[in-house]
Amino acid sequence: MRAVVTVTGTDKRGIIAKVSCFLAERNVNIEDISQTILGDQFAMIMMVDTSESQLSIAELAKDCEEMGRQIGMSVRIQHEDIFNAMHNV
Amino acid sequence: MFNQYDVLETIDMIEKEHLDIRTVTMGISLLPCIRESAEETARAVYDRVCKKAEKLVKTACDLSAEYGIPIVNKRVSVTPVSLITAAFPEKSALVGAVLDRAAKELGIDFLGGYSALVHKGTADYEDIFLNTVPEVLASTERLCSSVNVGSSRSGINMDAVGRMGEIIKQTARLTVKEDGKGCAKLVVFCNAVEDNPFMAGAFHGVGEADTVVNVGVSGPGVVQHALKGVPDADLTDAAEVIKRTAFKITRAGQLIAREAAKRLNARFGIVDLSLAPTPARGDSVAHILEELGLEVVGGHGTTACLAMLNDAVKKGGVMASSRVGGLSGAFIPVSEDIGMIESAAAGKIGIDKLEAMTCVCSVGLDMIAVPGDTPASTISAIIADEAAIGMINNKTTAVRLIPAPNKTVGDKVCFGGLLGEAPVMPVHTGDASKFIKRGGLIPAPIHSFKN
Repeated sequence: MRAVVTVTGTDKRGIIAKVSCFLAERNVNIEDISQTILGDQFAMIMMVDTSESQLSIAELAKDCEEMGRQIGMSVRIQHEDIFNAMHNV
Repeated sequence: MFNQYDVLETIDMIEKEHLDIRTVTMGISLLPCIRESAEETARAVYDRVCKKAEKLVKTACDLSAEYGIPIVNKRVSVTPVSLITAAFPEKSALVGAVLDRAAKELGIDFLGGYSALVHKGTADYEDIFLNTVPEVLASTERLCSSVNVGSSRSGINMDAVGRMGEIIKQTARLTVKEDGKGCAKLVVFCNAVEDNPFMAGAFHGVGEADTVVNVGVSGPGVVQHALKGVPDADLTDAAEVIKRTAFKITRAGQLIAREAAKRLNARFGIVDLSLAPTPARGDSVAHILEELGLEVVGGHGTTACLAMLNDAVKKGGVMASSRVGGLSGAFIPVSEDIGMIESAAAGKIGIDKLEAMTCVCSVGLDMIAVPGDTPASTISAIIADEAAIGMINNKTTAVRLIPAPNKTVGDKVCFGGLLGEAPVMPVHTGDASKFIKRGGLIPAPIHSFKN
């Protein structure tokens, strides 16, 4: 299943490393990655494949939230269809 | 494919602008539950509702987690109970009680359908059923009731309109300790729809499939934010912005509705395109109207702004969903919208302006507190006015008034939660009792004869 991971918050060192490690530990494959920095605001969007992971998206979402709290960022994972539905005709 | 901007826009809508799926409502037919006695029927009703909606809350929570969009309310609507208890109407309260118990068992906040459809005439069993409404609303917590008293096809049943004034007053009396909260769970309709997912007026129409999932989307905050981005746009461009925003909101609703129906083994019913406010700041329909250029909602220009908003929401939403229904438009409940509450408290919006607004939006006089000593005939007359607007304009109108017990203009009623709070609003004092006492049927308008 394809999902979108978003990471937003104040820029700091090691965000990509931490998030990538976290996903790899859970067998989530990163397919695409993009990031921008506006002022001191960091925004990263990853397209990921969760089909190899033993965890459901709901479980991953819970873990992401917890990990985000630890690194002081907002981290979410959502099924890609919510974005497809809202932004494609 | 979507781009980075799209992703971040969706995240902002959800996290900063209160985008949510307002309700996933499962409509369940109770017709297979009719038995020989009230007791057996009540048992069958309880079993069926609990079984059919067993996974409703869990499914909604799963979907919410997977798609990352809050689903605020999970609800159930059922076949109008007056039809289920027609053979033993005096025992209708038994069914009301088990429905309330089922709602608690399922973990849902409201269950709708303690209802009667009397728009062309009140049958004897419906007459007895209506007598039970105040007591049932006072003795249950989560059960909602609605009564359809008129339609564009049939006219307005003025006998029922007269009764409803009394029933609302009695409900307020029986729930005096909670500021007349029972009345917040009672809606009087003209042209009621059979697939409305929103409370308190939801019921499962007899023309519906056995079990359906209807979804109500929301997002006044998202629309307001989008309009903030175009402060100098003319109204044509502003309408376009609203349309585009409504499209996106509705697409999210359509996705959840389809997926929920599949997982709950029910039919996908409709998406209701309504902009439904809550008392939270940043979730107000009134503030959208003010964003369009009004100093305060309720002043001149309000009706025009609301007409434009309502129409643009529909246009964007219709394009986004394969099945649109319910009430679909903008809601203007006074106690449930922070902008409305503030305007009413400042005396800037009155019942006459609200009545005018109901001519161009999707519902009616909703969640309005009026003085506790307002005569029943005056409440009936307000219902009659509202029903007339619905009947002549081929639209749904509704009245949900709270004659606040022992309170008068300047006082406030507080219900808490989604039902919010409202200042008591003055009503006209001219006596309408002779008009209401006439009873009978206001005949259907000439333009209803379309066959």
